[in-house]
Amino acid sequence: MSDPRPPRTAGAASPPSGWQAAERAARESYGRLVALLAWRWRDLAAAEDALADAFAAALGRWPRDGVPASPEAWLMTAAKRRLLEAARHARVAQDPGVAALFELEPFAPDGAGFPDRRLALLFVCAHPALAENVRAPLMLQAVLGLDAATIAAAFLVSPAAMAQRLVRAKARIRDCGLRFDEPEAAELPARLDAVLDAIYAAYTIGSNDAALGPEAGLAEPLSGLRDEALYLGRLVAALQPDSAEAAALLALMRYCEARRPARFDDRGRFVPLAAQDPASWDRAALEEAEQLLRRAAQRRAPGVFQLEAAIQSAHCQRAFGGATPWAAIATLYATLAEHHPGIGVRIGRAVAQAEAGDVAAGLATLAALPEAAVRAHQPYWVALAHLRRMQGQPKAADDALRRAIGLTEDPRLREHLARQAAQLSR
Amino acid sequence: MEYMLVYLEPAEDFAQREDPVAGPQRMAAWGAYMGAMGAAGVMRGGNALQPPHTATTVRQRDGKRLVQDGPFADTREHLGGYVIIDVPTLDDALVWASRAPCNATGATQVIPVADMTGKMPRQ
Repeated sequence: MSDPRPPRTAGAASPPSGWQAAERAARESYGRLVALLAWRWRDLAAAEDALADAFAAALGRWPRDGVPASPEAWLMTAAKRRLLEAARHARVAQDPGVAALFELEPFAPDGAGFPDRRLALLFVCAHPALAENVRAPLMLQAVLGLDAATIAAAFLVSPAAMAQRLVRAKARIRDCGLRFDEPEAAELPARLDAVLDAIYAAYTIGSNDAALGPEAGLAEPLSGLRDEALYLGRLVAALQPDSAEAAALLALMRYCEARRPARFDDRGRFVPLAAQDPASWDRAALEEAEQLLRRAAQRRAPGVFQLEAAIQSAHCQRAFGGATPWAAIATLYATLAEHHPGIGVRIGRAVAQAEAGDVAAGLATLAALPEAAVRAHQPYWVALAHLRRMQGQPKAADDALRRAIGLTEDPRLREHLARQAAQLSR
Repeated sequence: MEYMLVYLEPAEDFAQREDPVAGPQRMAAWGAYMGAMGAAGVMRGGNALQPPHTATTVRQRDGKRLVQDGPFADTREHLGGYVIIDVPTLDDALVWASRAPCNATGATQVIPVADMTGKMPRQ
């Protein structure tokens, strides 16, 4: 049987099947298409539905008829038609959104001149009118097309509750008429901070190894969440090249990525930062991070992410032959705590103070944290155990370690802490 | 709001309880987990249960009483224990469920406790 597909325009040896082409188009242009449709239509949920229908139609047709020369244009036309049909059905043809869709400029075949509205979409997803806990999930869904169940598992929320949260947020975007335009210059820094915060939230949640499943058989969609956050970070840094914080956030994430391969040894056991061999860090990621941090510093606009990235840079100095500069790290944390007095920052500061030689100061920093906030906060108990051990208080260290073990999700981390406890009692 | 966390474990996990090396390690992990819930002030009660083969099931069908050795369902994972916790939201209950030592091999089910106030006939 001969292949009915027309010759492909791009010259790879084996042409992708319709499935592969649709999947590639999904990854590469999902966000672009949703952003453009939502911007025209001012209704994110309707744009997503129309695009989902277009992708379903593509999967049915492309394997049979061949992949069109411009898959994005094909998907856009199909989604547009779908939106217009829905509008006619609902007798809202007078809606300005419908008129705007009719004027939607056709695509150039090579995608040039394709308006990129993804930044505007990110700004809408992180709008102050939306609850903070839905911003990161909304971005992951709107820009990357992740499904609610995947996002729910990553954020440790029931899938039904996450789906409901996302639906409500989209209704709010539509009902409040949130503009899919870039914010005014005056409000840009605050709005950009909200976007960056949400991306970092997605990254830290994606970095939780327990959420990724056992190392061998990673649940695929979840293992990608870190990558998705990095993708968004790169996107914002590219679309806002003048923002020091956007570059700093990307630097911060790249520092963390650089050290990821060293977190577990070849037997799958957890290796704490201090015991990691700098030679096993990803040198390319490290150098990219350093470059990004320099770029951020040149803007002379220090911010939270720049301080966080500077701390990670200091932690990576062993890779360049130096010792870990604990006193400098403690100072950076102290500055950071002034802007961002979160629990995590103050715990980091306490450990740095102790490592720099002042264990009593570190313990005082920990003691100043509100009891209710640390009661079930695993990193606090890990830090307290560490500082008690440094102080020569094995009994108190053991008590804290046991609390930490009971609060740990990842079995490999739990085993690591259990080994520490066994060493203490020896 | 009260939630029941139901710990489901495969047969191998029950067998491990008797293992001279793995047994105490397991118990230490469960002890730390229960201790953390107690120290956080969320624990309202709970128990570990003996292995499923110790269970006896009673039912009545067509007016006849049936008594059977073992648990009622032929599933891979069995009820190994439960706790009742009192936390503000389901999200908080899921956080505690995620820390259960049985999750890597079994599972933890989170079920809200029904409020039957006013729904039961007066005695």
